[in-house]
Amino acid sequence: MEEAALSVQNLRAYYVTGHFGMQREVRAVDDVSLSVRKNEIYGIAGESSCGKSTFIKTVAAAIRPPLRVLGGSIKYSFLDRDLYDLDERKLADIRWNHLSFIPQGSMNVLNPVRRIRESFQDFAFPHMGLGRSEFFDVVNRHLERLQLSPSILSAFPHELSGGMRQRVAIALATVCRPEFIIADEPTTALDVVVQKDVLALILETQREIGSSMIFVTHDLTVHANISNRLGIMYAGRLIEEGPTREIFHDPLHPYSRHLVASLPRIGDLTPKIALTGAPPNLAQPPSGCRFHPRCPLATDLCRQASPELTTLSSGRRVACYAVASAPATRPMTNDRMTNDKFKSF
Amino acid sequence: MSTLLSVDNLTKSFARGGIFGRTEFVAVDHVSFSLESATPEIFAIIGESGSGKTTLARMVLNTMSPSSGVIRFQGTDISRLRTGRDRLQFMRKVQPIFQNPSEAFNPLKRVDRYLFASAYHFAGCRSRDGREIAADEALKKVGLSLAEVKGRFPHELSGGQLQRTAIARALISSPALIVADEPVSMVDASLRMSIVNLFKTLRDELKVSIVYITHDLATAYYISDRVLILQKGKVVEMGSARQVLSEPHHPYTVRLRESILSLDDVERVHTSG
Repeated sequence: MEEAALSVQNLRAYYVTGHFGMQREVRAVDDVSLSVRKNEIYGIAGESSCGKSTFIKTVAAAIRPPLRVLGGSIKYSFLDRDLYDLDERKLADIRWNHLSFIPQGSMNVLNPVRRIRESFQDFAFPHMGLGRSEFFDVVNRHLERLQLSPSILSAFPHELSGGMRQRVAIALATVCRPEFIIADEPTTALDVVVQKDVLALILETQREIGSSMIFVTHDLTVHANISNRLGIMYAGRLIEEGPTREIFHDPLHPYSRHLVASLPRIGDLTPKIALTGAPPNLAQPPSGCRFHPRCPLATDLCRQASPELTTLSSGRRVACYAVASAPATRPMTNDRMTNDKFKSF
Repeated sequence: MSTLLSVDNLTKSFARGGIFGRTEFVAVDHVSFSLESATPEIFAIIGESGSGKTTLARMVLNTMSPSSGVIRFQGTDISRLRTGRDRLQFMRKVQPIFQNPSEAFNPLKRVDRYLFASAYHFAGCRSRDGREIAADEALKKVGLSLAEVKGRFPHELSGGQLQRTAIARALISSPALIVADEPVSMVDASLRMSIVNLFKTLRDELKVSIVYITHDLATAYYISDRVLILQKGKVVEMGSARQVLSEPHHPYTVRLRESILSLDDVERVHTSG
């Protein structure tokens, strides 16, 4: 087993609010453990409000009240101790140099009243420790690598198209050649045509600087094209993890089966069945397995106890009693979940 | 009265620049298509951002007037609807659904207010009970009920529920045509199919024609009967959805087709990498 670039153990991060003695907590990340290998793109999928953004805020040490980390550990390979044992100054040192972030919605990220050059100065310049002219040499070369003309440095964000702005955001996040990149839905706001180019660019940059990456998006087709391994989150928990290819070929958890089965494809006209019900309210999560109110396979056990994420013999991990209890002879066939299973409920 | 909607040589141009160096930007360029009322269908308009999809939708909804060309709805030219009564009559028949349900509803107003206002203005329900019945009936068509929605604010409903409520609101006046502008692009992947399937049900059971505007070729292939591909305001290809999307002829359609991420790439990416 190679050394992990990031290992997260039993992470719990809740939004805790208290008013007049009434305490309310939203369990956005509940007992998540995972590890990201070196040079790997680890995809996290899940619908909105499943806690994926909270998870990456926590691993990026970008938490603010009411979000609180209540337990667990986060260790990066470039750090000798836990991320939350660092003080503000040490954190500022590792940001951008070792750990950087490609945020969602590039239009809201760049300061609208500052030119791109000034954004580079604000973000990357203090971390690089280079002289001004050397710094801009590096930036120019980096922009060319990302198929951007260095002349965009003197442009304002509104003068650039959405795809270009997203590439600027990628350039900003990668110019210091960080070991670890966190990407939060970097292509969701983009057009299909632009999306493909941006994904190719992210992949190429990641390979070129040899960094590891957490890539978050709810769009499974994007994951199919970029992630090496995929973790699927539901209601604050990691419910399934495995190599992307295997998850697409043989999803184990009923929720992942549904996600994979409901993807529309060109050339496929079989009716797709949507999952009924709504994602649970994380302030009052359902008892037992959090998926049981929507699950076609739920039993009494699922209503009472919450399944642990167990490692199967194949090295994949899944949190479901129906799957884990009988890994050799699973209750369903090995091929993709047929929609008939979902018609019954 | 066989034609529901006919769009004939529709053009919309915007002026850019000031008094000097004024240039014209043509957003929609001589677009023509028509929908028949005898055969309700889902007509998809596909194009990337900036191709004029939304401008076209706004003109069909009569919220923007075309620079040239004529839109006829059930035989009448919609630019000639002058009186409030005529416009109301038109709005009863043609209803919009917007892209982002959480932006379409005012966050400070209760969601049911929109349903009751639609029932009051478009369905002529003057009594409170009548409005509630009309709203409940419409919500039942989309798989919700008034009990789930009444008194709720937009943030208390999930994205999928909110988009269904928006569709229910459009259904209150029993329209003949729904113009849906990117109705699923802001909805989660797991809820997307429930909205898309709902459109199919509306077409088959309520006989509503739907103009489905999207950039997502996969869902367009899945639900639509005919597609129109727009590039920079011009129609580059139009025809049966299956035919156009599985055997595209125009180079632009081919490019769009190639740029959608397909699941079959799983093999390619992960074996080469």
